[in-house]
Amino acid sequence: MMTTFDPSVMVGILVEDEVQFTLVELSRICHVDIAQVVALVDEGVLTPSGDNSGNWLFGGPTLRRARRALRLTCELELNPESAALVLDLLDEIEALRSRLRRLGNH
Amino acid sequence: MLDAALLKLMDAKDYYAVLGLKRTANADDIKRTYRKLARKYHPDVSKEADAEERFKSIAEAYEVLGDADARSAYDAAARRPQGRQKSGPPPGWDDSHEFGGGKDFQGSAFFDELFRRQAAGERVPRARQGLGGGDQHAKARIDLEDSYRGGTRMLLLSVPQSDAQGLVTMRERQLEVRIPKGIRDGQHLRLAGQGDPGLGSGAAGDLYLEINIAPDPHFRVDGRDVYVDMPVAPWEAILGAAITVLTPDGSVQLTVPAGSTGGRKLRLKGRGIPCTPAGDLYVLLSIVLPPANVEPAREAYRQMRDAFADFNPRRSLEA
Repeated sequence: MMTTFDPSVMVGILVEDEVQFTLVELSRICHVDIAQVVALVDEGVLTPSGDNSGNWLFGGPTLRRARRALRLTCELELNPESAALVLDLLDEIEALRSRLRRLGNH
Repeated sequence: MLDAALLKLMDAKDYYAVLGLKRTANADDIKRTYRKLARKYHPDVSKEADAEERFKSIAEAYEVLGDADARSAYDAAARRPQGRQKSGPPPGWDDSHEFGGGKDFQGSAFFDELFRRQAAGERVPRARQGLGGGDQHAKARIDLEDSYRGGTRMLLLSVPQSDAQGLVTMRERQLEVRIPKGIRDGQHLRLAGQGDPGLGSGAAGDLYLEINIAPDPHFRVDGRDVYVDMPVAPWEAILGAAITVLTPDGSVQLTVPAGSTGGRKLRLKGRGIPCTPAGDLYVLLSIVLPPANVEPAREAYRQMRDAFADFNPRRSLEA
């Protein structure tokens, strides 16, 4: 049986599973200069594969983390070092919230 | 920088009230107050229920009051009474956290007019160079059932659009999007060519849609796993029972093993979010005592007490 696809329905690509970004692509998607993304790599906030910035590849889940870090630097006027610390603490809070969810406390 | 016609369009939002400042506040006061409020309400760090909406207002107020020229224009305009107009995202759509670099910013009518000229250059930098359109970001909220079953959802977006002169206006877009089965909270869909259309023959940018799963009254989602509390009667826990568990995708039969205690966690393998690999559904047992508000029920408890004469629930607390 033929499956009919409605052409008006948008079919997206799941970024986290199917996409990798170069440094240039990630900077463009996040609307920032390349230097801002490089600064986040230098702080260990983002961890690309590849041995130099010319062949860095960022996994799909990087998009969420990069945008979060860049929102913090821009909107809270944080430097990359401070944003990195805030992200680490947010990760820890999320891990604790996750434990609460597993234990049955909302 | 502003003409009278623009000012007529202004939204009468009181930016000083938003920041809790007097009109006489100096630049340092404004900056200090903004930073304090931004830390409190920033959606990435705040758990206040209305954080996104509050932060949006705070950021908009600061964009104006934190800039000497914009503040002067605002103060001059505010001296003339104007009708209040409410701006905001369309219903069912969450676009309020789009501030990165000031390029995705979506503010009130006054804000849009005030920053129209520079926004035209900032928001579509690639279009100005005669290249393709920029990528855009938006959020969409779906129900847990949508993740379990997949399907299509009609979504309403408010997106900036540039015209031939590079002027940016907000417009509403309706998109029917296929939600892939098994998508998890916080993941993104890339919709090719659905970002800014750009100018001339340049290719359109992409739209990155962040998917958020709405809180569910029964189920708690943790990554790919899902948790549900399941009340059971004492005899079901002690003697064992077959119970029906409602999952986000229909009901399943679950065997409560004999000798279960309150808080026991039973795993339904592969019944969590149907991604690859599929998550698990955890059923947390909670023992509910039957009420004893009629005499036969109280008598049943008395018989139970007599039957368990040796039972001491506080034994571990005794020396």
